[in-house]
Amino acid sequence: MSVQALRAGALATAVTAPSSALAEWGVNLPEGVTSISNTIYDIHMWVFWICVVIGVGVFLAILWSVLAYRHSKGAKPAHFHENTTVEIIWTVIPFLILIMMAIPATGTLVDMYDTSDAEMEIKVTGYQWRWQYEYMDEDISFFSSADTPRDAERNLIEKTEDYKYSVDNPLVLPVDTKIRFLITSNDVIHSWWVPEFGWKQDAIPGFINKNWTKIEEPGTYYGLCAELCGQGHSDMPIEVKAVPKDEYREWVAEQTGDDG
Amino acid sequence: MSSVADAHAADHHDHGPAKGIGRWLFTTNHKDIGTMYLVFSFAMFLAGGAMAMIIRAELFQPGLQMVEPAFFNQMTTMHGLVMIFGAVMPAFVGLANWMIPLMVGAPDMALPRMNNWSFWLLVTGSLILMSTLFMDGGAPNFGWTAYAPLSTTYGPDSTTFFIFSVHILGISSIMGAINVIATIINMRAPGMTLMKMPMFVWTWLITAFLLIAVLPVLAGAVTMLLMDIHFGTAFFDAAGGGDPVLYQHIFWFFGHPEVYILILPAFGIISQIIPTFSRKPLFGYTSMVYATAAIAILSFLVWSHHMFTVGLPLPGELFFMYATMIIAVPTGVKIFNWITTMFRGSISFETPMLFAIGFVVLFTVGGLSGVMLAIAPADFQYHDTYFVVAHFHYVLIPGAIYGIFASVYYWLPKWSGRMYSEALGKAHFWLSFIGLNIAFFPMHFLGLAGMPRRYADYPIQFANFNQVSTIGAFLFGASQLLLVFIVYRAVKNGPKADAKPWEGAEGLEWTVPSPAPYHTFEQPPRVD
Repeated sequence: MSVQALRAGALATAVTAPSSALAEWGVNLPEGVTSISNTIYDIHMWVFWICVVIGVGVFLAILWSVLAYRHSKGAKPAHFHENTTVEIIWTVIPFLILIMMAIPATGTLVDMYDTSDAEMEIKVTGYQWRWQYEYMDEDISFFSSADTPRDAERNLIEKTEDYKYSVDNPLVLPVDTKIRFLITSNDVIHSWWVPEFGWKQDAIPGFINKNWTKIEEPGTYYGLCAELCGQGHSDMPIEVKAVPKDEYREWVAEQTGDDG
Repeated sequence: MSSVADAHAADHHDHGPAKGIGRWLFTTNHKDIGTMYLVFSFAMFLAGGAMAMIIRAELFQPGLQMVEPAFFNQMTTMHGLVMIFGAVMPAFVGLANWMIPLMVGAPDMALPRMNNWSFWLLVTGSLILMSTLFMDGGAPNFGWTAYAPLSTTYGPDSTTFFIFSVHILGISSIMGAINVIATIINMRAPGMTLMKMPMFVWTWLITAFLLIAVLPVLAGAVTMLLMDIHFGTAFFDAAGGGDPVLYQHIFWFFGHPEVYILILPAFGIISQIIPTFSRKPLFGYTSMVYATAAIAILSFLVWSHHMFTVGLPLPGELFFMYATMIIAVPTGVKIFNWITTMFRGSISFETPMLFAIGFVVLFTVGGLSGVMLAIAPADFQYHDTYFVVAHFHYVLIPGAIYGIFASVYYWLPKWSGRMYSEALGKAHFWLSFIGLNIAFFPMHFLGLAGMPRRYADYPIQFANFNQVSTIGAFLFGASQLLLVFIVYRAVKNGPKADAKPWEGAEGLEWTVPSPAPYHTFEQPPRVD
């Protein structure tokens, strides 16, 4: 009963208090910290603005029609119902616009699929509900699990800024290094996604999917599992610590107990 | 003329409806069956809507307040299944039942006994699906897409009932589709050539072919799930040499045409309503027919755009990106044709027209976000986020649901012989329109900012827009109760409706009295 009461009390506070001073009003994709994520952001904005222009044009045409030709204002209907010329025009022009979108998209996709010449490899394995990271060139392998306190989920304690994001063992990666990811799963399908890197890739049992990244800025980058994988789907976040190369070497040495 | 025919028939034997419950259980009358389909689908719409309210209530703020994640997943799964298989598809079959015979001048559907059977199978399948909520281990919780191995090795016991209900609902839909095709091909009034058919009849004809083409594929996919669960096969089990991605290919080969099954009849409805209230013929009838056919054919070639992140090879990725983008062309043709129909018309804004204009505006938003999602490299960001949720709710609510609402207001006078309250109808439209946009527009932002789908709990950076969205969802949900009241009030004591209550309406359905007599067109009309 006391837990219930506590919960109800916490709920009431949470509902009445301003939801959270930490919450944001973010509306767009992050530009990210890799060349691929930047390119994807640019394509996204390019296609977005084209869509905005088309949308505004369509809405203005609708607005004009409903304002100018009102029955209540005594508008007399015309009787035309065909015009081959305009029908050809509005078939061909959208087609040309699509080509303008497809060209940059194709180039980016080709770059994303080029996982050759990687300087290091990380194998990512999804489990219900945590990630395992294996450094293929080092003797390092560990599990990374969410460490969001249960009490925060139950609204019994204040939620911190990294609520639902923080993990016990973050993935440590060097910057300015082309890293190939080998992504698979041990049970159901998961999806490994760090928005700042520009992509997500499904982790599928029996398959090894590849993708790559080359982080340009040191920092902590968060991500989430993006494929429904059971009741802990929102409990397997990703935390990446991108560090300068020398710091990365030190970290590796620490992990392997090797001073070299 | 038809009333003369009715009087003539009545001389010989009793043609009125049977008395009591038997009328509804054993009826083979297309109007009774249509009514039952519509009422049943609306009940399912409210049930699916209640599930959506549970989802939105939980997401009102971060943390776990109302439900556990396990139950949350059952709600997202069942909401999708109930809305698609229980609400939208049956509502369109109900409209087909009522309107196709009236629009082509046929006395009934071509296969009336199968029609009855198909309705009662729908009820059976839906009840089996809903019963999973009360089973040990709960309802299906793997999303309406039922991806293996989450739905096989890791699925709840009720998965078997889910599979069985999909089989039954599929059989019901195929029977409905066969009936529609048989009616349209064989029972058109003399003089009504294919290219004189109303657009609603055309879009339903094409939809019916899509149903027959893809529902067996879904049945095959879920049967393979069943075999994997109970008979030791390993179609989708990597440990046994199977392939989890194969399931996704088969599912989406059904799933993409399915989304056009949910939208094409609404295209037809809008193409009836906009000319009526613009008092001007539909612009580009021929190109509308061709665009609908083109969309239907392309829908078979784009399924893997739901799977851009599963690790498709580069050429596959490019093919599905280009094919998907091309769908924008015939869809654009339809939008432009509707706008040009309004252009230089004489427009009035009765409730059906408001929903039709709302359809064109909001479907354009959903279509444009669809173009963004087609861009494969960007989809590596968008995929499985709330951006996708925003997209498909913008096409399915203003598309399918507004289409159904518009047709209910448009044809209610014909069905019931009564007019609804125009003021209340307009209130229903505006509340729905505002609620929908508050509920779903912020989801674009959430998805782009990084919130994945099907999350019971989320990082606090997403709190604000989730709150806004929940408020909008409750407004949208509550305003649907108004529709129940409006229809009830109209049927009980609305003012009497004329045979043709809309000044600009054209078509055979307006040549019979309102309410439409139990039997119509026993003598086929002549179309010139």
